[in-house]
Amino acid sequence: MIKIIVGRLLQLIPVLWIILTLTFFMSKEVPGGPFSAERQATPEVIARLNAYYGLDKPLWEQYLGYLGKLARFDLGPSYTYQSESVNEVIARSFPISLQIGTLAFCIAAVFGITAGVIAAANKNRLWDYLPMSFSMLGICLPTFVLGPILALLFGLVLRLAPVSGWHGLNYVPFHPMIMPAVTLGLFYAAYIARLTRGGMLDILSQDFIRTARAKGVPDHQIILKHALRGGLLPVVAFLGPAFAGLLSGSFVVEKVFNVPGIGQEFIKSVFNRDYPLVLGTVAFFGILIVVFNLASDILQALMDPKSRK
Amino acid sequence: MNSATPGATTSIEPASVRIDHLEQGTSLWKDAWYRLKKNHVALFGLCAFCSVAILCLIGPYFTGRTYEQTEIGLKASSPMESIFLKTEAFKGGESKRSFVALSNLEDEFLDKTKSDRKDIVEKLARGGAYREGKITYEPSARRYLFGTDPLGRDLLTRVLIGGRISLAVGFAATLVSICIGALWGATAGFVGGKIDSAMMRFADVLYALPFTVIVILLMVMFGRNFILLFVAIGAVEWLTMARIVRGQIISLKNQEFIEAAISLGLPGHRILFGHLIPNVLGPIIIYATLTFPQVMLLEAVLSFLGLGVQPPLSSWGVLIDEGSRTMETSIWLLVCPAFFFSLTLFSLNFLGDGLRDALDPKSSKD
Repeated sequence: MIKIIVGRLLQLIPVLWIILTLTFFMSKEVPGGPFSAERQATPEVIARLNAYYGLDKPLWEQYLGYLGKLARFDLGPSYTYQSESVNEVIARSFPISLQIGTLAFCIAAVFGITAGVIAAANKNRLWDYLPMSFSMLGICLPTFVLGPILALLFGLVLRLAPVSGWHGLNYVPFHPMIMPAVTLGLFYAAYIARLTRGGMLDILSQDFIRTARAKGVPDHQIILKHALRGGLLPVVAFLGPAFAGLLSGSFVVEKVFNVPGIGQEFIKSVFNRDYPLVLGTVAFFGILIVVFNLASDILQALMDPKSRK
Repeated sequence: MNSATPGATTSIEPASVRIDHLEQGTSLWKDAWYRLKKNHVALFGLCAFCSVAILCLIGPYFTGRTYEQTEIGLKASSPMESIFLKTEAFKGGESKRSFVALSNLEDEFLDKTKSDRKDIVEKLARGGAYREGKITYEPSARRYLFGTDPLGRDLLTRVLIGGRISLAVGFAATLVSICIGALWGATAGFVGGKIDSAMMRFADVLYALPFTVIVILLMVMFGRNFILLFVAIGAVEWLTMARIVRGQIISLKNQEFIEAAISLGLPGHRILFGHLIPNVLGPIIIYATLTFPQVMLLEAVLSFLGLGVQPPLSSWGVLIDEGSRTMETSIWLLVCPAFFFSLTLFSLNFLGDGLRDALDPKSSKD
């Protein structure tokens, strides 16, 4: 177990290194720097700026310098937010995304697992087809379709939630977090429902379930106590990719609802060619994804005796 | 697929034996088609997807409008709204014809009082013509099935053209991902040993990369290039394919027919391409059908964020983005492209599920 964890943590290093190197050299290859698009500055000013941000040094020196700073968790200054460092931008925007992501994740897990278990328990009956049809609908209505529709319905027609924004909008019944989280969560609820149903059906057809039935264990106990543990394995395996998905989903949802989260900051930084911020957010995303993959692997190993070896 | 024997795909009939009432063996594909036909939902998916694809392919030639032609008098007209023909006569017999939608008609008479304006619009709406100096307004038979966008472009044509792009991206990127994934997985599985574990380790490392992020970076840094979009998305999606194919190849590798091929002295590449890969076509097709909607989704996300195709060209993602910005006043701009997009995703997902049940009965979950 510990070996797995250490191994995966060691894997973090090459992954991060690849991401950062790729991003670093990609950003250097592009024509046009962060200062070329601004108002026409005199050559001296640009030279001063380049010197200030260390852009006049040779490429490899910049690269090593960046890696060195990164090892001390210093992501450098941001070009666009003159008064803030990249660390501060992330510290300001990530909690917002985290709140939305966590709520979305809870929505996805609760609705998805419930629907999947109900469907598996009523295989090929009405209560199987009904939740599964809904989940198919959820998969086919991606966030950027569902988001605007929900915003229209709850924001503009029913006036229950703010259509966009985050701060100072507490006069409506719903917190501004709810709509983005629901939009993001329903899509994953649909996926999780399908995975749960598949996993549960797999387990329910096994011998030990038949034995339990023969011994007279009531149905609900079989499902909740015996089958759920194994049936949720595919869901647990999905947690890692789901988290990565929540991240990219946050780009869309934060745009739709105009939430100042880290997804918006990333997209903005890419458009503004604010390289330190781009590199910083990419590194941050990379760490998060590897950590979540690891967590999902560990959970899986704890739940499944077969994969413990 | 493990159960598929080599004889199932290539039927071997000794020429000397001729018995008429011999029970006909069914090939894997015939069998799969038979099972697929019984699955109505999957069949519906197949039909719906084909209809959308054909519509997008040939539809734009029949709408009679182009996706880029703007007409300011038609800005944001709703579906099937009444359209009026406006003719301005110039000296020398020349005249300029343009179209105005009912909802924009009042803006044409801003120099008149409010009640006058109402009267003129009402008269035109009842089917009469209106003449003022050299300008004539008269009802026209022209209608826009899906309405028009804020620049007065025909939404139907734009949705169909956008569909072409979305489907093309989906198709090309799926193809790229199949080629890379199947080759990578097959090679790793077939060669085995250290090379296999090195190749799969490499795939593992790639798995951990935040790929949406990388694709976004690529799109911004190297311009919103069409080809790059295919390659970038395809290069992201091949990993799962490689894993699936590798697993299949490994389980096939130890079966008798491969042993026979080896003992016949067939070279490695012929065993791989002639015997192993045809036998994993099933899973490849299934997974390709399921990759297609994912790829389209990724393209749409990129376009939605403003990183995909550029105006005046459109894709479904771009159209949904434009529609969501004006949804308060003109909801059809969101609904029409979203409907087509969702329908396509819907049909592909159902088709993929059905194909999995049909081609690979063992892996079916129910």
